[in-house]
Amino acid sequence: MATRANSAKQDRPRHWVSYPRFLWRSLRLATDGSWTFYAWMTLLTAIALVGANAWANQVTTGMGLTGMSDHVSWGLYIANFTFAVGLAAGGVMMVIPAYLYHDEEMHDVVIVGELLAVAALVLALGFVVADLGRPDRFWHLLPGIGRFNWPLSMLTWDVVVLNGYLLLNLHICGYLLYMRFLGRKPNPRWYIPFVFLSVFWAISVHTVTAFLYSGLGGRPFWNSALLAPRFLASAFVTGPAFIILTLQILKRFTTFRVPDGPIQTLLKIMRITVLINLFMAGAEVFTEFYTGSSHVAAAKYLYFGLHGGSALVPWIWSALALNLFVVVVLYTPRFYEKRAVLNAALVAAFAGVWIEKGMGLIVPGFVPSTLHELVEYVPTLTEWKVTAGLWAVGLMVFTIALKVALPIFSGEVGVGASLTDADDVEAEPAPAE
Amino acid sequence: MNGVTRRRLLKGAGATLGALAFAKAVEPVLDFTSELSGDEFLQRHYRELSPEDMREVLARLEAETKEKYGAEVTIRDIRPQEGVQFGYALNLSLCIGCRRCAEACHVENNHDRKTHQSYIRVLEMQQGSIDMEHGDATYDHPVPQPGRYYMPVQCQQCDNAPCVKVCPVEATWKEQDGIVVVDYNWCIGCRYCEAACPYHARRFNWEAPEISAEEINPNQSYLSNRIRPQGVVEKCTFCLHRTRTGALPACLEACPTGARVFGNLLDPNSEIRWVLENKRVFVLKEELGARPRFFYFFDV
Repeated sequence: MATRANSAKQDRPRHWVSYPRFLWRSLRLATDGSWTFYAWMTLLTAIALVGANAWANQVTTGMGLTGMSDHVSWGLYIANFTFAVGLAAGGVMMVIPAYLYHDEEMHDVVIVGELLAVAALVLALGFVVADLGRPDRFWHLLPGIGRFNWPLSMLTWDVVVLNGYLLLNLHICGYLLYMRFLGRKPNPRWYIPFVFLSVFWAISVHTVTAFLYSGLGGRPFWNSALLAPRFLASAFVTGPAFIILTLQILKRFTTFRVPDGPIQTLLKIMRITVLINLFMAGAEVFTEFYTGSSHVAAAKYLYFGLHGGSALVPWIWSALALNLFVVVVLYTPRFYEKRAVLNAALVAAFAGVWIEKGMGLIVPGFVPSTLHELVEYVPTLTEWKVTAGLWAVGLMVFTIALKVALPIFSGEVGVGASLTDADDVEAEPAPAE
Repeated sequence: MNGVTRRRLLKGAGATLGALAFAKAVEPVLDFTSELSGDEFLQRHYRELSPEDMREVLARLEAETKEKYGAEVTIRDIRPQEGVQFGYALNLSLCIGCRRCAEACHVENNHDRKTHQSYIRVLEMQQGSIDMEHGDATYDHPVPQPGRYYMPVQCQQCDNAPCVKVCPVEATWKEQDGIVVVDYNWCIGCRYCEAACPYHARRFNWEAPEISAEEINPNQSYLSNRIRPQGVVEKCTFCLHRTRTGALPACLEACPTGARVFGNLLDPNSEIRWVLENKRVFVLKEELGARPRFFYFFDV
């Protein structure tokens, strides 16, 4: 007994020393890189600055700079918000095989999915702020300080689940990385329960986001129980698509070991989800058009145009075409075995769902309006700039997260690897005792 | 070593440049924040303001109106009366679609002049159909047209209001007398209420309202017709600054045919009670369960 206690005492890391070192090392990893890295980050910074400027003008002049109106009161921002939440939830398609099915290879790369969730949540929250008419009153939303209309308002549920999911993923990634940095085996007690919680939480973030819309009786186009399942199915198309693309880029440009197994698993998942997504879209189209009630107006406007308005028609048909292209590629070995064709299909899946969620779902909810007036919506340059800027910020967060996490995760950087790292040897004091 | 120092130097320069560029990019926000006083930023929710707080807020708002719009106005905080439940009814047989109600609303409630905003939209409907799909709110011809009837729509002051339910910050609520109000100084401008409302009753201030000093209605109240700030949602309040002091809504007074009936639902001798008891009234989109307090009926 006495010896065990003694050795535990010896083993106990001195966190007040090693944690700041971990943070300092992370900061260095985040800012040191090749010229390609600097060029990429400079490009993203430039786009983000254009977006920041457009947003600053929007706050000052007013939301009149957007294409939205009292008829179509949500547009590109809320569309992107919805899509980003799906992307965050999509990362769970790596977590489930890795932790529930003990897929060892997936386990090695699962951190990519968890970091994607973090970046996508930052993106989603950014779009919410961009959509606020009064961002200066953001504090009214803080529980305890402002007035939080919970549990009545679904938006407050969304605030809870999105921030909760962000914290969960930050904790899981942060803990695992720090342990890796120390060269210690992570204690399952400190992360496994959170990983399992995050699986349910991932489903809940996109369910709650769907409930934002599906709970509104005055908007028949959204008022469907199928909305949440559709959101999840499409999220499990885009999440894996984006992750497969990321894994390939990492394989090509970094030393991070990316086995082929996880990519194949994610493709298998996509083969199912892309069909489920299309099936549900079809079921919705049938119900709307066969019934032929006045509720069909929004769907008619979306697919064929109504009373001379047809702004969304090209969007929805391109979304459908892109999704069908994905199906053809994913089910034809001749196509998916060619990297270039497969990658084109992955980009198509991403773009297809992006259109479907935005121009195909958020906007037609408002057209025709509740008094059946047909006012069309076209995003303005301000909206495109802010949107591009936020995506640049999201990609920056994702890039930096990967840049820091992968070398630590693969053991290249850390206390254990410090002998090969000149700076760390200097900084490392001789072990005490 | 040399390489390391040079890299550090470059990194430092890059970071400084980035920070400067960011400051420059968001500079326009200063125009917004410089107009925002600390008191306004920190103001509490309407229901948390003591009478003393409220006096200060009203004085500040009056001073701001003077400064920004050059008009002397009186802004009051008028509370609901005991034993009053407001209701509104509209006789579709009498309405001729002249839109004078919408115009009166525009003037009374200090709406933005540029967009000619109003809380009332009048639909020109086809005889024989109650489907708004066949209605038209943008008609521009002499009225009334044969084969058409006219249906003005404004806030229905629902008892089970979807807009109130969805607001994440309780910036909108139903008052004791049945009127749904907005605290324009608490609303964060997310427009969820606008998406939730089945009657297109809510308006957003996409830009700060424009109105000349001489056109401003100086008789204002905190929860109704004071000039709204940019970036917040507003709506019809049954002209509570008038109706809570015994007057009638501006839209009713402007109606040339007497199609509008307004009053206290709890008063058995009121005209509104007579209409509800003797006419076959209906509400719009009853199936949505929002329980409006705005009733429609045909005379014949």
